[in-house]
Amino acid sequence: MDYVWAFLVGGGICVVGQLLFDLTKLTPAHVMSIFVVTGAVLDGFDLYDKLVQFAGAGALVPITSFGHSLLHGAMVQAEEHGFLGIAIGIFQMTSAGIASAILFGFLIAVFFKPKG
Amino acid sequence: MSQKFHPDNYKKAAKAYQPKPNLLFNCSKAFIIGGLISVLGQGLIDFYTNVFDFTEKEAGNPAITTLILLSAILTGLGVYDKLGQFAGAGSAVPVTGFANSITSAALEHKSEGLVLGVATNMFKLAGSVIVFGVVSAYVVGMIRYLIQQWM
Repeated sequence: MDYVWAFLVGGGICVVGQLLFDLTKLTPAHVMSIFVVTGAVLDGFDLYDKLVQFAGAGALVPITSFGHSLLHGAMVQAEEHGFLGIAIGIFQMTSAGIASAILFGFLIAVFFKPKG
Repeated sequence: MSQKFHPDNYKKAAKAYQPKPNLLFNCSKAFIIGGLISVLGQGLIDFYTNVFDFTEKEAGNPAITTLILLSAILTGLGVYDKLGQFAGAGSAVPVTGFANSITSAALEHKSEGLVLGVATNMFKLAGSVIVFGVVSAYVVGMIRYLIQQWM
């Protein structure tokens, strides 16, 4: 059942993105920014967590989870260090994603030739 | 010049002749590809929890890292961009699209050198996601923290 919900929710979030692409004049960069902000705001109301519990990777794989993870890391450290903690923790949970995207992106750019 | 193609209402008049995006078809493609990438992510989460004894919460990070690695390799081979033309938002919205935008920007500017080309242009497309993510998470985090203290 996990896989069915992951498919439906992950696919559903992509459909929202596709509708924004086709029905508005927003560029992909604008749509992605909107998605990340949406993820952070939804997590501010503890709604995104419920979606993650329910849909697993269906909620973790779309880029909206990036905003949710940023806020989560920030709030964990804020409990300990107050306002300073927000800056300390903001990249805590997303660090693996950003670091690996930079590393693999760099390595691929070094070892592959651009296509097309 | 006919009234129809007057510069003032040209955009409106020309719109009737532009091909309309096939909404239903595009959305089904985005739904299926986006859903499949999420299912792959779920499979990876299960793999890391069962084989490497990660807890279900911790397994998200290695699963997403694996997806990013796959996406970077497919981008280097030129496969992911073909998938993107087919799937639209289905391949752009998942985290693999984020990795694709970093890798393809880095590859595209390879001819300008490693420092000024690859490293400088890497975040050309993905930068906006990080900037707006951090700014919004910061603002929401401040508000939440204030409310928590206040309550």
